[in-house]
Amino acid sequence: MPDIMNFDPNDKTPTIVDRLIRAPGVIIGVAVLLGVVLAVVLVAVWMLWGDAVRALLGSQLGLSIVIIAVTIGLMFSVIATSILFERKIAAFIQDRKGPNRGGFWGVIQPMADGLKFLLKEEFTPARADRPLFILAPCIAFIAAFIGFAIIPWAGEIHWPWMAEGETVTTQVASLDMGILYIIAVGGFGVYGVVLAGWASNNKYSFFGGMRAAAQMISYEVPMGLVLVVVLLAAGTLRPELIVNQQAETGIWNVFLHPLAFVLLTICAFAEANRTPFDLVEAEQELVGGFHTEYSSMKFAMFFLGEYAHIITGSALIVALFLGGWHVWFLPNVDDTVWWAALIKFAVYWVKIILFIVFYIVIRWTLPRFRFDQLMKLAWKGLIPMGLGLVVATGVLVALGWQRNVPANLIANAIVLGISLWYASRSPSPVTGRQDNLPEIEVRPSATT
Amino acid sequence: MRDEDIKVLEAPKLTAAERLFMPQIIDGMRCTLWHMFNTKIRNNMVTQYPERKRELRVETYRGVHRLNKDADGRVACVACFMCSTACPAHCIHIEAGESPWPDREKYPVKFDIDELRCIYCGMCEEACPVDAIELTPHFELVGRSRQEMIFDKEKLLSVYEETKELKPRKNPAVTDYGLTGGQSKEVARPTAEP
Repeated sequence: MPDIMNFDPNDKTPTIVDRLIRAPGVIIGVAVLLGVVLAVVLVAVWMLWGDAVRALLGSQLGLSIVIIAVTIGLMFSVIATSILFERKIAAFIQDRKGPNRGGFWGVIQPMADGLKFLLKEEFTPARADRPLFILAPCIAFIAAFIGFAIIPWAGEIHWPWMAEGETVTTQVASLDMGILYIIAVGGFGVYGVVLAGWASNNKYSFFGGMRAAAQMISYEVPMGLVLVVVLLAAGTLRPELIVNQQAETGIWNVFLHPLAFVLLTICAFAEANRTPFDLVEAEQELVGGFHTEYSSMKFAMFFLGEYAHIITGSALIVALFLGGWHVWFLPNVDDTVWWAALIKFAVYWVKIILFIVFYIVIRWTLPRFRFDQLMKLAWKGLIPMGLGLVVATGVLVALGWQRNVPANLIANAIVLGISLWYASRSPSPVTGRQDNLPEIEVRPSATT
Repeated sequence: MRDEDIKVLEAPKLTAAERLFMPQIIDGMRCTLWHMFNTKIRNNMVTQYPERKRELRVETYRGVHRLNKDADGRVACVACFMCSTACPAHCIHIEAGESPWPDREKYPVKFDIDELRCIYCGMCEEACPVDAIELTPHFELVGRSRQEMIFDKEKLLSVYEETKELKPRKNPAVTDYGLTGGQSKEVARPTAEP
């Protein structure tokens, strides 16, 4: 036990704990050990209750429950990792090194962050609406998570012990209206933010909540339009069928609708309150926004919810535009063996993680929009473009050319061209000091 | 200020590409990605602090204060209150007393600096007529209470002992306090006899 009261601040010799924590071998060793323990437990379960496990995995309900468990576990670890990556990439872009004290390369920094959040003081402002104040972070958190139910992780699985031709799907819920569900749940996310601002009994929080509501509702309109483009071309609302279409033809939707992909990416940024649209929070210039009054684990819930939102948004974009689990020369739709499903699952997550890195790089590249610019981009930029895309895609579908790459690209180019032409001739926004402002009447003061 | 003094600057007109943001975003990402993968510039910029330390500009760095001693080992301060008057943060508290030495009238009985109030502007050093108070390159200040961070005369003198090799006293020859006020060129020379 080190002598806390009489320690020498100039003593820089690392303690044994320091050395253990920062040794890469120890971290890797612990990870490998945990992996081995997990593998042993799984094998033991398989040996002891093999029939029950096979029945569980063979039934759709059982597999859904397993996928929920696995996905939530993966979500939390990916959230923790992406927080570390966020800080690391931010540091790299700014020519710094980022967290490198908590473990080798900072790998246990997320754990330290989490521990800090747990140990901080939980504070509720006086006269806050207590039930809503507690409910708001839960809603923000849950709304970001439940979009996962319809993500088609790995297509269909045929287990070796199942009857011939029988398959289970690796989706938690295979819904007829899958994409509609995503839109509905995405709209639900605003609720937590607005409630947080409202329940805090703080005018700045309230303004933050209103700002957030205005932003998120504005960006849901172009998002819906872009989804209409994809759904029109695909002719189905089921995400697994949209992915299967891309996998069968080998042509991802991003090659068919590049403009729609860009629009949906922008909307996903705005929906997840990420830079350049993060003036919901805007730590640097506005007072925290809706979570000003939140501390400790309640704040962490918003934080985790934001990252969960990023992952959900990425998963949706990957399913709709980047071919889901499909990569050329790797398992296709007909491969339903379990290891093919595992590969598909891994491919899906690799795509999601690459997209998260893209999110992070964008965050540290772009400055924040002003609020009027934000609204202008949504209402004067994205929505007209989205409408144009819907019209163009509708014409293509009517002609039966919805999977025809050149026709789609030409349609996109036409919409882009019209937008460019309009943007080049529309008046620029009025900002700053103006020459032709009316004269200000100066009231004569009492002294003169 | 007259109207013709006001210079109205117009924001440059954005081109169509700039209004679409996309080319600008790609250009910005080119820049940030270049920095992201450039380990060389990163390794040259960053100093891993507790293990390695940056080379400080010893002459001009404004860290913890010290009270200088003269050649005889006495405190150089003459309790003139110039520093506490100049201090914008009001963190210097001096109690003057009759000097036991014949070459000056007063000396500080107490000399306290609240290092937590101090803004390290260096005005005290500028104000001091005998170069008794100086700021050192030491910046690692730790303490367990606010009381501990109020440095008294002994502590400030011990800081001088610690840092006198690193940063020698600026003008050690100003010792002839009451007689010439430090103005005489002869006594200002280091070798001059008092």
